[in-house]
Amino acid sequence: MIICWEMKGRTIDSKTVNIDTVRRYVMLVFSVLFLLVMFNTSALAQEQRFPRPEFDSGYEQPNVIQPAPRSPYMEYVDLFVLIVVLSFATWLVIKKRSRRMIFWTSVFSLAYFGFFREGCICPVGSLQNVVLALVDPTYALPLTVLLFFLIPLVTTLFFGRTFCAAVCPLGAIQDIVAFKPLELPKWLQKTLGLIPYLYLGLAVLYAATKTDFLICRYDPFVGIFRFDAQFEMLLLGGLLLLIGVFVARPYCRFLCPYGVLLGWMSAFSKKHLTITPSECIQCKLCVNSCPFGAINEPVAETGKRRTGVKRLLNYLMIIPFWMVIGGLAGSLLHVPLAKFNKTVYLAEQIVGTPEVLEDLDNIDVQTFLQSEESIDELVLRAESILSDFYWGGWILGAFMGLVIGLTLVKLSVHRGRKDYEPDKVNCLSCGRCIDYCPVKESNGNDGSNIKK
Amino acid sequence: MSEKTENSKNYGRRDFIEKGMRITLGLGLAGVAGITALKGDKGGYVWQLDPFKCVRCGRCADYCVLTPSAVKCYHVYDLCGYCDLCGGYLKPDANDLGTAAENQLCPTSAIRRRFIEDPYFEYDIDKELCIGCGICVEGCTSFGNGSLHLQVSHEYCVNCNECAIARVCPADAFMRVPVSSPYLIKGDFTVGTATGSE
Repeated sequence: MIICWEMKGRTIDSKTVNIDTVRRYVMLVFSVLFLLVMFNTSALAQEQRFPRPEFDSGYEQPNVIQPAPRSPYMEYVDLFVLIVVLSFATWLVIKKRSRRMIFWTSVFSLAYFGFFREGCICPVGSLQNVVLALVDPTYALPLTVLLFFLIPLVTTLFFGRTFCAAVCPLGAIQDIVAFKPLELPKWLQKTLGLIPYLYLGLAVLYAATKTDFLICRYDPFVGIFRFDAQFEMLLLGGLLLLIGVFVARPYCRFLCPYGVLLGWMSAFSKKHLTITPSECIQCKLCVNSCPFGAINEPVAETGKRRTGVKRLLNYLMIIPFWMVIGGLAGSLLHVPLAKFNKTVYLAEQIVGTPEVLEDLDNIDVQTFLQSEESIDELVLRAESILSDFYWGGWILGAFMGLVIGLTLVKLSVHRGRKDYEPDKVNCLSCGRCIDYCPVKESNGNDGSNIKK
Repeated sequence: MSEKTENSKNYGRRDFIEKGMRITLGLGLAGVAGITALKGDKGGYVWQLDPFKCVRCGRCADYCVLTPSAVKCYHVYDLCGYCDLCGGYLKPDANDLGTAAENQLCPTSAIRRRFIEDPYFEYDIDKELCIGCGICVEGCTSFGNGSLHLQVSHEYCVNCNECAIARVCPADAFMRVPVSSPYLIKGDFTVGTATGSE
């Protein structure tokens, strides 16, 4: 207040004031105030240093404008669109059997969920919110997010991955650029196919320890949807699209963690896309049409059922070993894994290299020093997070061991098959094979060819 | 597979396993839905920052997925002293107490100064120009009343599932707040009472 009063008149007629005097005065006042701030700890509480003046001129104080966020009702609109598009896509895949219409539906989804809604929130990322809601008592899962997570999974449980075919914007953008898909060798497909499980495990681990939302952070296409992102994000997106020209839908097949859940659902789905509308004539045309290698060829029964069962039992027996080995590896990796956690990283920095305490450019450390927390408290907090990571590492490793064990079991199991069939786990229900099948619908027995 | 000549017992078993797994998975989903829906509320969340926790590090300007950042400076007129010599408006080493750009602290000249009555001035933020760097906030908080502070401006914020700034905020000032009360304006609440989920 004194300053205001002291400065009164000087700026009104600034020509009469010696600039240097003013500057020196300003600097002096600022320095004194600064020292006051530094030594007065209660300044954190931010008391009003200069009371609000009483105005004589009838000045009316404006209100602080607080623009409202996007109406929550719009989220219900998104939900409605999801349900409508998903139902339509499912109908197209199961009943109508039209690749062209599936494609255009996916273009619509790309436009709406991708470019219009700018990618958030999508079912892929929602799985982290679900995990967070399960572990964090302060976080209540919004109903729309829960439904975004559940609806595609439930649909897949009944009709296969129709969500991937025409609703997911991430899938749609890759599907459009798949111009020259090459066939990857089976061993490579199987090996790369393990990555999504790892990604899912890591995403759950990091969401459960409240470290990060990995899936959102490394979402490759959200930057493209928004025409704006950090360089790494755009680079990742561009790279995946480039790879996607030759390897169809690389994100869906070799990264997408939600695809793992969808695959589990689809494996036991009640209905599924069928390649032919009636009887398969073994023409092999469909195999070339599938850019994802998701069509299983016929396998003759060998008749040696006994040895097969024995082998299966052997592979099942070693699954626990895989899980222990994986868990051990995961628990050993918990320290590097926990480095992504802000608290752990800060504590490690301060304990490991105490000279960072002097580094005035290290914003994180300086902010911590300003806070009321002591180093011991920080270390305790970090240790508790580290122990979460230790047990999380065990679970993640055991999960990966189980996945590897089951993959081996699946590879060794000899399952007789007479016709060309979509691989229910990996088939994205895109419908390309439908166009290639020369068999016409004969007796109205639509879709009865595969399974009863 | 659907050949009727196939061993029907074999298919009975496969069908049984498939159906059993389907029911198991369905029950699993229902369980997850039940647990999360029990404590779930119908409203959503938006991101907001607690101005009392904020340390004006400047990362809000750099780490938002939007350019310029959705974090903007907000001016709480109630707390403002309407000072002529404003720590948030003028550089500490300003040549002159005027409105010339070289005297202003704001790198984009987003603070507008308007004469009210002798010796009081009103300060306004042009949000189109503000980049959320917090330089003025630092000045105002250090030398003044702290009436300038940062907030996530929801006309810009795209409400990412995980806020890119929250990830790097050194003060953990970012939190999810209910969409029904999307702002944490100083004066509306006191230090340490902001509630939300981090």
